[in-house]
Amino acid sequence: MKAAVIVFPASNCDRDVATALTQITGRSPAMVWHANASVPGDADLIVLPGGFSYGDYLRAGAMAAHSPIMQDVIARAQKGTPILGICNGFQILCEAGLLPGALIKNASLSFVCRPVNLTVEAANTMFTNRYAVGQTISIPVAHGMGNYVADEATLDALEDEGLVALRYTLGDNPNGAARNIAGIMNRERTILGLMPHPERACDNALGSEDGKALFMSLLGALS
Amino acid sequence: MRVRIHVTPKSGVLDPQGKAIGNALTRLGFQGIGDVRAGKIIEVQLEAPDADAAKNQAKVMCERLLANKVIENYVIEVLNE
Repeated sequence: MKAAVIVFPASNCDRDVATALTQITGRSPAMVWHANASVPGDADLIVLPGGFSYGDYLRAGAMAAHSPIMQDVIARAQKGTPILGICNGFQILCEAGLLPGALIKNASLSFVCRPVNLTVEAANTMFTNRYAVGQTISIPVAHGMGNYVADEATLDALEDEGLVALRYTLGDNPNGAARNIAGIMNRERTILGLMPHPERACDNALGSEDGKALFMSLLGALS
Repeated sequence: MRVRIHVTPKSGVLDPQGKAIGNALTRLGFQGIGDVRAGKIIEVQLEAPDADAAKNQAKVMCERLLANKVIENYVIEVLNE
């Protein structure tokens, strides 16, 4: 598995996810600056990390979605290269049109930074095959704009097609997201965007190892 | 030429910012405050032969970057300066 982590100006979880990938897959990812024209050709996973790219100017992820590197990321996505977007990465995927819907300000208006309980909704995917459907996991969130919205038809389609990968466990929705959605996939299930940070839950010293299985799922699927 | 673009949250899309402003207005003693929506104004100076062309250019800008049609509406105004 050869991952590439895209680094945008003001990405701040790029090194966290690189550390998690290195520890779990045994291989350091390529760190790719957003101004580059292309992702390394041998990359079999592209990660858009968390952070506050471009200071969240205009809308979270809006500017990054048009960064030079994104043309190649979109081209690779269309060819089926798996893409994982965490937090700001999820916002960028939505802004780039690779995932439906949008992420708006938390309903509470507050920045929320705490572990949340998530329920695994789909386990037959390259991102989640080490989890079980219905399993509850604890992974931290840290965002001010994680409130997932989409029109009713889009939400229904996501549910009907089994594209909701993770949901905030009932009563633990930190941001007001529609239908408690924490993470969704594209139709081909090659792209996952999620607000919680699995890379921050890969070592018990940080309070949880529940995020580890996501990277192990990818390792198993892509090796 | 200068265009002014008004971007506002779509009706039906939760606008927590507008809601907070509404609550603050009520707290300040303003009576009968209803729905409050908060958006943004973006002014762009651009080169265009006439107002229609400027408006068309601004429309493309809105569709590609300035507004997110999932959650926002936009109105373009060409300023006579």
